Amino acid sequence: MRPENEAAMAEMVKTAAGPLRVIGGGTRDIGAPVEGETLSTAKMSGVSLYEPGALTIVAGAGTPLAEIEAVLAAEEQRLAFEPMDHRPLLGTSGEPTIGGVVAANVSGPRRIQVGSCRDSLLGVRFVDGAGRVLKNGGRVMKNVTGYDLVKLMAGSWGTLGVLSEVSLKVQAIPEASACVLLNGLDDVAAVNAMSMALGSPYDITGAAHAPVGVDGHPVTMIRIEGLEASVAYRAEKLKALFAKTGAEVLVERTPEKLTAGWKWVRDAELMQGGAGDVWRYSLKPSDAPQVVADIQEQHPEIKVLYDWGGGLVWVEAPAGTDLRRSEFAGHATLVRASNATRRAVPAFQPEPAPLVTISKGLRAKFDPRGILNPGLMG
Amino acid sequence: MFKLVIFPYQYWKGNRDMEMPAPDQSIIARKARIVDRLRSVLPADAVIEDEVETRAYECDALTAYRCPPLAAVLPASTKEVSEVLKVCHAEGVPVVPRGAGTSLAGGALPTADSVILGVARMTEVLETDYDNRFIRVQSGRTNLSVSGAVEEEDFFYAPDPSSQLACAIAGNIAMNSGGAHCLKYGVTTNNLLGVTMVMMDGEIVEIGGAHLDAAGLDLLGLICGSEGQLGVVTEATLRILRKPEGARPVLMGFDSNEVAGQCVSDIIKAGILPVAIEFMDRPCIRATEAFAGAGYPDCEALLIVEVEGSDEEIEAQLSRINAIARTHNPVELRESGSAEESAKIWLGRKSAFGAMGQINDYMCLDGTIPVSQLPYVLRRIGEMSKEYGLDVGNVFHAGDGNMHPLILFDANKPGDLELCEAFGADILKLCVEVGGCLTGEHGVGIEKRDLMVDQYDPEDLEIQMAVKDVFDPDWLLNPAKVFPLASSQERRIAAE
Ligand SMILES: Cc1cc2nc3c(=O)[nH]c(=O)nc-3n(C[C@H](O)[C@H](O)[C@H](O)COP(=O)(O)OP(=O)(O)OC[C@H]3O[C@@H](n4cnc5c(N)ncnc54)[C@H](O)[C@@H]3O)c2cc1C
Repeated sequence: MRPENEAAMAEMVKTAAGPLRVIGGGTRDIGAPVEGETLSTAKMSGVSLYEPGALTIVAGAGTPLAEIEAVLAAEEQRLAFEPMDHRPLLGTSGEPTIGGVVAANVSGPRRIQVGSCRDSLLGVRFVDGAGRVLKNGGRVMKNVTGYDLVKLMAGSWGTLGVLSEVSLKVQAIPEASACVLLNGLDDVAAVNAMSMALGSPYDITGAAHAPVGVDGHPVTMIRIEGLEASVAYRAEKLKALFAKTGAEVLVERTPEKLTAGWKWVRDAELMQGGAGDVWRYSLKPSDAPQVVADIQEQHPEIKVLYDWGGGLVWVEAPAGTDLRRSEFAGHATLVRASNATRRAVPAFQPEPAPLVTISKGLRAKFDPRGILNPGLMG
Repeated sequence: MFKLVIFPYQYWKGNRDMEMPAPDQSIIARKARIVDRLRSVLPADAVIEDEVETRAYECDALTAYRCPPLAAVLPASTKEVSEVLKVCHAEGVPVVPRGAGTSLAGGALPTADSVILGVARMTEVLETDYDNRFIRVQSGRTNLSVSGAVEEEDFFYAPDPSSQLACAIAGNIAMNSGGAHCLKYGVTTNNLLGVTMVMMDGEIVEIGGAHLDAAGLDLLGLICGSEGQLGVVTEATLRILRKPEGARPVLMGFDSNEVAGQCVSDIIKAGILPVAIEFMDRPCIRATEAFAGAGYPDCEALLIVEVEGSDEEIEAQLSRINAIARTHNPVELRESGSAEESAKIWLGRKSAFGAMGQINDYMCLDGTIPVSQLPYVLRRIGEMSKEYGLDVGNVFHAGDGNMHPLILFDANKPGDLELCEAFGADILKLCVEVGGCLTGEHGVGIEKRDLMVDQYDPEDLEIQMAVKDVFDPDWLLNPAKVFPLASSQERRIAAE
């Protein structure tokens, strides 16, 4: 089913005989596999409003992300939260849509500074499981009128409603950017260095660490962006700050290299094409090295990438192993695995009982028949 | 101490009849027993039932509406909050959570059959972690003292409502409060990492924590801004940031609102993100000049733009901003050269509300509009001002379109107040009409409850109320707020 407008979409949901597999471009195939008729938002496409001077864009949920990015780039703007492209990691094809980005609350390295997709999301229109057309939020930056269902819809993976339209806050592309590189740090020292940077007044917009970088050695990356004068100044300050780490410190200024480097982090390129399962840990940065060390003890061959100053850890491990850890505060998501594994191991970490009750209760209100991506989130 | 005299807002409504549901007499009749049960779970001095003392909790900063609660309780821990809620749940008593009582929307207004649950005794810092950049506090701690707790390490908590000396994190979370610097740093929801919350039946839940993304549905995002209707927040994990190296404002005067509005839009479009862009129009400029003598130029519209960074960075940003401003022929362009000059530039803005209050009674609105609609909306407000025969001053956060029009009126003049209310409602409807919303940071409470139908269709409100059903099936938590009474009536009555 590929509705062309909201009313048609509402009718399809209302009259659906059974479960629906809701997709945008179908490129973010994460969570328990869903059996059901496919409902695609791909035809609900197009930018309906873009005001560069107000930093806002409104678009149909099925609008290709690439189209949004092109429209923004023409005005030297972008989505601040740097959504990752899941295709190369998951081996999916198709056209990522803005609705999919929102439904999966996708973000990238800049999340540490500007928040994730939900923090840029200003408003949504959607069809709930009963076929009602609903809206929440709007297109202004500050809005506390009623409950914030906008945040709730972001990251609900199509289980509460089928998004039809989203409005987002956007950001001007800064004129300059630089990456301070530290070579040779072990994981603990790297997380410390990233904490130092993030605790500085220099507005870090990316902080990542690869124990095994592209050239086979550990590399820690710290990104700064802004006016040219500012970036040059901050790069020098950071170099001085890192002197005490003992690491070799370099500053990368070549735009192509910067883009490629951060895309490498954003899209977890290290793990693309691999045969292992890919896990994504959201945790307290200072806990990260120990969590990694624990997993490494059992599975020495894992690949690891730290982003968000250590608050996000990607791990590629042998297929079929449940790498969930309960000893740390935070959670793990199984991002890539075979369908069989995704049926056996809940992709989304089960929550404590009281939160499960609340989430179930909410699903029952938004989707009383339980037909929207049933079971996807557990 | 913090005084509310700068908000003479209270005078305008006089002591009008509160449009609140009639109290449940059967609860009032059981007062002694309810108080006894509360005393059995709390220290003696934490239960207030004396009619003189409960008066301290009869209103928030929307003081036109007053009603002493059945009782007020001041628990000191999450455990005690849970015990209190268990009692109230068992007794079927409505509970109104309260932080510092600075809500401008009547969010913390009690009814005669309700218990006020104040978190004012819960002010501890529980954990400070600079490496991971968060602080965990009890929710009764004031906004400013959160920053105060991390100041020695040069850190701060970003959301800074003007009421920050008095308001509590609990209220900030409930209202998703903003501040002058949210253009760069976001509002409360963008800086909140986790909460400990007690459900109406006493169950304690932990949502989020020191990590960034939610494991399942974004319940934290839903809690923030829910105006005390979903649960009682007792502890919060907040993101803290390193202070910038410095900050400096520039003041610019223009000879029309439209031009000033255009300048705001151009600055934003140029890719420079100031931490604050504040706007004042002529009535406000005149009033503050007379009141505070900040040395503002006599012009139609004035902007204060503040940027942050090292001295060199500030210079670089201001030179760009000034270049943009010059293309709009400013009547004045004044860059601060020192801390005193900065303070002087901010002086007028900070005393604007007080200054307006000197002239007259006023009503302060809080709608948000798309920034691009600024010139149009200001012109329409000007026209409406003539139609209604009431003056309006505009002072607001222009960068994000959050307007605070101040309507002047004379409370002693019969009919003026009603006129002012009608004018205010028209302005808020205008905000909605141009693509904006009823409230940008103060919340709905009781004040904008009835206007919700102008922004939302019945089904949009229905799904929000259904969310409350999940968290609080008996509709005991702050029940008569946010939704038009007629919309929520069935649920509130069913719960009785
Ligand atoms: C002079 C002045 C200036 C102001 N400036 C600003 C500003 O710049 N920006 C801005 O956003 N606001 C501003 N406000 C409004 C107000 O200060 C904020 O809404 C503030 O967050 C309220 O905090 P509080 O602790 O006083 O909450 P209260 O007034 O006590 O309560 C507010 C709401 O929170 C709920 N609540 C309280 N505690 C809890 C809890 N523990 N759990 C769940 N719910 C709870 C209450 O039920 C109520 O609905 C201003 C107010 C004044 C008087």
